[in-house]
Amino acid sequence: MSGDIATRTAFGEALVRLGETNQRIVALDGDVAGSVMTADFGKAHPDRYFQCGIAEANMIGVASGLAMSGHIPFVASFACFITGRFDQIRMSVGYNRSNVRVVGTHVGVGIGSDGHSQMGLEDIALMRTIPNMAVIQPATGIETQGAVDYLVDHVGPAYLRLTRQKLPELFGDDYHFEFGKGRVLREGTEIALVATGATVTEALQAADLLEGQGVSTAVVNIHTIHPIDGDLLADIAGRTRRIVTIEDHSVNGGLGGAVCEALAERHPAPVLRLGIHGFGESGDPAELYERFGISARQIAIQAASFLESAAEVALIAEGSV
Amino acid sequence: MPATLTQTNDVEELADIARRIRVLSLLMTSRVKPEPAGHPSTAMSSADIIAALHFSRLRWDPANAGWEDRDRFVLSKGHGVPVLYAAYAIAGAIPEDEIYTLRETGSRLQGHPDPTRLPFVEAATGSLGQGISIAIGLALGAKADGANWRTYCMLGDGETEEGQVWEAAMFAPKYDTDNLCAIVDNNRIQQTGSVEHILPTLNPIIPKWEAFGWHMIEVDGHDIQAVLDALDEAAATKGKPTVIVAHTIKGKGVPEMENSEHWHGKAPSPEQADEWIKEYLS
Ligand SMILES: Cc1ncc(C[n+]2csc(CCOP(=O)(O)OP(=O)(O)O)c2C)c(N)n1
Repeated sequence: MSGDIATRTAFGEALVRLGETNQRIVALDGDVAGSVMTADFGKAHPDRYFQCGIAEANMIGVASGLAMSGHIPFVASFACFITGRFDQIRMSVGYNRSNVRVVGTHVGVGIGSDGHSQMGLEDIALMRTIPNMAVIQPATGIETQGAVDYLVDHVGPAYLRLTRQKLPELFGDDYHFEFGKGRVLREGTEIALVATGATVTEALQAADLLEGQGVSTAVVNIHTIHPIDGDLLADIAGRTRRIVTIEDHSVNGGLGGAVCEALAERHPAPVLRLGIHGFGESGDPAELYERFGISARQIAIQAASFLESAAEVALIAEGSV
Repeated sequence: MPATLTQTNDVEELADIARRIRVLSLLMTSRVKPEPAGHPSTAMSSADIIAALHFSRLRWDPANAGWEDRDRFVLSKGHGVPVLYAAYAIAGAIPEDEIYTLRETGSRLQGHPDPTRLPFVEAATGSLGQGISIAIGLALGAKADGANWRTYCMLGDGETEEGQVWEAAMFAPKYDTDNLCAIVDNNRIQQTGSVEHILPTLNPIIPKWEAFGWHMIEVDGHDIQAVLDALDEAAATKGKPTVIVAHTIKGKGVPEMENSEHWHGKAPSPEQADEWIKEYLS
C-alpha cells in the first residue's frame, strides 16, 4: 500500500500517464490548474491543453465541441464552480451526449479553511439528475487511478468528484475499478455503513469503534453514485438491521438520497443519512468532520443511537475521556 | 463535394431557395398540433444566410450526416431551427412531408435541435449562449487534427446578451481559430421587445467583437451576394476567427411580421400562413 494522497493529486498523475499513450486526451482549465492538478498535464502536453480563463460556462461548451470532434476532454475546476454551471453541463454535455469528463475537486467541508464558498456540497445531487451522467467518487489514490483509467474509454458524459485533502490508501496494487459496482469492504450483520470518497476511511474507523462495543458492522464503498449499485444495496439491506449513509456533501440529494431511492424501490429498510446540514464554514478539516457529524467517532455514536444500542452511551463516554 | 447536393453560385437561384425556406418555415410552424407553434419570424430573418451557406458554401452531404470532412454548422440560437428543417427538406436530407412532424411526439424534428434524433443539426442548443462555445471546441478539434473542415455558428443578437457569448468571444482568438466563422443574425428584436429597449448598451456590438480580436465583416443579411462574399472573406482570413454581423429584418418576407415585436415565438394559423404565402412568397 502506498501513502496518503489527495484524490485530486492521484487524478493529475493518472492524466499525465494516460496522456503519454493516448493522443485523444485533452484537458481544459479555468485558471485553477495548480489546485485541480491538471498543470502537469499542461506542461507535458501543451498542444492538448486549453487554458480558458475564469470562464467556466464557455470552458464546458468548448469541451463538448472537442468531444464531438473525437477528443476525450477532461474539464476540471472546483466542484462548486464547475457544477454551478449546471445548464451548460445539462445541455452542452448531457443532452448532446458528449464524451466530456467533468472533474470537480475541493469537495465538501474537508477542504477546511477556505470555507463555504469554495466547498462542493451540492454537486452529486446536481449531476445525478442528468440522465446519462456517470457520477464517480473514488475513496483513495489507487481507486482514483482506476477510475481515471476507466473514464478514458467510458461512453457518455461523466462526473469525477475529488478531494483536496489527503486520504489514506485502503487498497492494494491489485485493485480493479469496476464501474457501477459497490464494494463491501467489511462484513457485518447489525448495521451497514455506506460511504463514498473521503468518508469511506471514516466509516472503516467507525466500524472499529462499533465492533469494540460488540456491534457487528459492515462497511460498503460506493464509488459509482450514478448509476448506483441497487443489487448490492438491496442485498446488504437484507443482511443487516439498519443502514447509515455517510458523505461529505449536502445531506440532501447525494449518496443518502440515491441509496434511499434504490432501497425504497427494492428493499425498504431504515436508513440514517449523515451528511452536511446547513452551509459549510472555515476550519480545520478534522474538526469540521467532527462538527458536521461525519467523523469516525460521530458516525459511530449516531449509528449506535440509530440501533438503539447501549453502545451509544459507551462511545460517548469513551470520547470524553 | 458529395454528388447528392447541387450547390450553386447563382444568386437568383439562392434567393428562390431562401423564399422556399420562408414558405416551409411558415407551413411547418402553422401546422403544429394542438396549436401553431415555433419561431417562424426568427427563421425568416436568417433564411437568406442559410440559403447562401447550405446551398453554396457549406460542405455537407444530405445523404450522409456523419460525413467526416463536412463543415460543421451550429445553430446557437436553437429556437430558429425551422430554418434548418426547411433547408434539409429542400436539399432532400429529410422527406419534404416530414416538416409536418415538427414538435410532434416522437418526431426527429424537435422544437429545438437534437442531433441524437437528427444528426444534421450537429449540436443540441436552445439554451441561448451555449452553441458558440461548442463551435469553438469543434474548431479547436479540427485544428488539433489538422483537418480542413470549417465550423460555422449562428447567433441571435439578443442571444449575445448572454455572458457566455463574451467568454467565448474572448477565448476563440487566443487559439487562432481561423477555421471558425460566427454569424450574428442582427435583427434588433428579441423576445419581449427590441434590443435597444431591453439592453441599450449591447450596441454597438461591432467594436466589442473587434476588441476581442475577431475579424469582423458587416453585411446586409438579405443581400445574398454580399453574404457569399463575406463567407469567402472569412474563409480566406488567417490567424483569427471571423464574425459576420448580418443586418437582417425579423420576419423578413411577410410585411405583417417584418420588424414586429409581436411575432417572436408565434406562428400564424394555417389559414393565415397560406394567405401570406400566396400573397408574398409565391
Ligand atoms: C438562456 C435562455 N434564456 C432565455 C431563453 C428564451 N428565449 C428564446 S428566444 C429568445 C430571444 C432571442 O432573441 P435573439 O437572440 O435576438 O433571436 P431572434 O429570434 O431575434 O433571431 C429568448 C429570450 C432561452 N431560450 N435561453
